[in-house]
Amino acid sequence: MSLEYILKISGPMLEGAKVTLLTFFIVIIISIPLGLFITLAGRSRFRPIVWFIKGYIYVMRGTPLLLQLLVLCFGLPMIPVIGQYLVLDRFLAAVIGFVLNYAAYFAEIFRGGLLAIDKGQYEAAQVLGMNRWQRMTRIILPQMFRVTLPSVTNETITLVKDTALLYAVAVPELLHYAQTAVNRDFTIVPFFIAGLMYLMITLVLTFFLKRIEMKVKFE
Amino acid sequence: MEILRVTNVKKSFDGEPIIKGIRFAVQKNEVVALIGPSGSGKSTILRSLVHLETIDDGEIYIDGEYLVKNGIYNKPKEIRQIQRKLGMVFQHFNLFPHLTVKENLELAPKLAKLDSEEAISERCVQLLEKVGLQNRLDAYPSKLSGGQKQRVAIARALMMQPKLMLFDEPTSALDPELTGEVLTVMKDLAKEQMTMLVVTHEMAFAKEVADRVIFMDQGEIVEEGTPEELFENPKHERTKAFLKRY
Ligand SMILES: Nc1ncnc2c1ncn2[C@@H]1O[C@H](COP(=O)(O)OP(=O)(O)OP(=O)(O)O)[C@@H](O)[C@H]1O
Ligand SMILES: [Mg+2]
Repeated sequence: MSLEYILKISGPMLEGAKVTLLTFFIVIIISIPLGLFITLAGRSRFRPIVWFIKGYIYVMRGTPLLLQLLVLCFGLPMIPVIGQYLVLDRFLAAVIGFVLNYAAYFAEIFRGGLLAIDKGQYEAAQVLGMNRWQRMTRIILPQMFRVTLPSVTNETITLVKDTALLYAVAVPELLHYAQTAVNRDFTIVPFFIAGLMYLMITLVLTFFLKRIEMKVKFE
Repeated sequence: MEILRVTNVKKSFDGEPIIKGIRFAVQKNEVVALIGPSGSGKSTILRSLVHLETIDDGEIYIDGEYLVKNGIYNKPKEIRQIQRKLGMVFQHFNLFPHLTVKENLELAPKLAKLDSEEAISERCVQLLEKVGLQNRLDAYPSKLSGGQKQRVAIARALMMQPKLMLFDEPTSALDPELTGEVLTVMKDLAKEQMTMLVVTHEMAFAKEVADRVIFMDQGEIVEEGTPEELFENPKHERTKAFLKRY
C-alpha cells in the first residue's frame, strides 16, 4: 500500500471531513442554545407549551435519528398538497434534522441539571434581592452547565459520529468518500483513514472539552 | 423603635394550619430568640418574613412599611424595597458553589448597584475580617469547613446592609466543635447593636445573648419574656416540658 495512494484518496476524504465538521459545528452551535431554550420553556406555567415540548422530546428520543433524517430529506415532499413547498436542500434538511434531534437530548440533559440544583440556591439568591433573570443567569445556569458538562461532552462526541448518517441521505461527507474509494479500488485502506480522521476529530474535541471541565471545577 | 411587627399571621400547608395567628414584634437593636419544638413553625415564620412563603392572613410590617396588610401583599416593587431591609442566614448556608468567597459577597450588592464597585469591594474585605476569613477571599466554598461557610454566609447577608438579620438554626448543620466560631460572630453582631431574630436550639446562646425569648409550639406563641423569665421561671406547662429536654 503506497503512501502515494493514501495521499491521493485523502484529498477527497478531507473534503468530506469538511462537510462532517461543518455539520457538527452548525448543529452544536444551534442545538445547545435551542435545547436550553426548550428546557426553560418546558418550565412555563402555560400547560399547552409544556405538553407540546414533552411530546416533541418523546418523539425525538423515541424514534431513530435516521428515520427523522429520512423523513425530513425525502418524506416531507411527499405530503399531499403542502409537500411541494417542503422540498429543502438535502444538506439543510439534514442539518435541521440533527438540530431538532440533538436539541431534544440537550433539553433533557439540562432539565436533569436543573433538578440537581438545590432549592436553597434559588432562595438565597432571592433573599439577596436578585430578580428572576439575575437568579437564572448568575446562579442557576452556571451551576447547571457545570453539572451537565460531562453529559454534554458525551453527547457532543456522539454527534461527531452521528454525522455519518448524512451518508444515508446522500449528503457527501467523510464516510461517503471512504465508501466510494473502497468500492472503486477494492481496498480497506480508506475505511482506516476515515476511522483515523474521526479519531482525530474526537481527540481534539475531548481535549478541548476536558479543559473546559477542569476550568469550571470551582475548587 | 419597631423594626418588625407581625400581627395575626396565619398560614396553612395543604389545608393544614401551621401558623395559627401569631403576633410579636422586634425592636431596633434587640436580639430575639425564637425557640420551640421541631415542626412548630419557626422556619415558616422566618421564611414568610423574607417572602419565601406566602401567608394566608395577617399583617407583617418591616421598618414601618407593610409587606402584607390584612392578608393582602404590597406591590412587587415595594416588596423588593422592603425585603432589602432583611438579611437571612440559612441552616445549610446556601453559598453559591460556583463563586469564590469574595464573589459570593459582592454579587448581590453589585447587581443591586448598592454602592460603587470600590466601596463594595472594601466592604467585602471589612466584613470578611469581621468574621475572621480575610485570608479566604479567593477560596471556593467547597474548600471551607462548615463553620467557615456559615461565617461567609453571615458576611454575605451583611453586605446588603440589612436592618434586621434573620437566622434559621445557623449552627444546626455544624459539627459541635464548629458551632462556637459561628456563635461568636453572632455575639459580636449583637454587641454592635445589630437587630436579630434567631431561631435556635442553642439555649445557652439564647440565655446569654437574647434580650427576649419567644417560645412557639404547634403554630402558636405560647410564652415570651426575658431569658430569665422564660428559662428560670416558665409559666406554661408546654414551655416547661420543652425546656426540660435541655
Ligand atoms: N412547603 C411545605 N409543605 C407542606 N408542609 C410544610 C411545608 N413547609 C413546612 N411544612 C410543615 O409545617 C410545619 C412547620 O414547619 P417548620 O419548618 O416551620 O417547623 P420548624 O419549627 O422550623 O421545625 P424545625 O425545628 O424542625 O426546623 C411542619 O409540620 C412541616 O411539615
Ligand atoms: Mg426549621
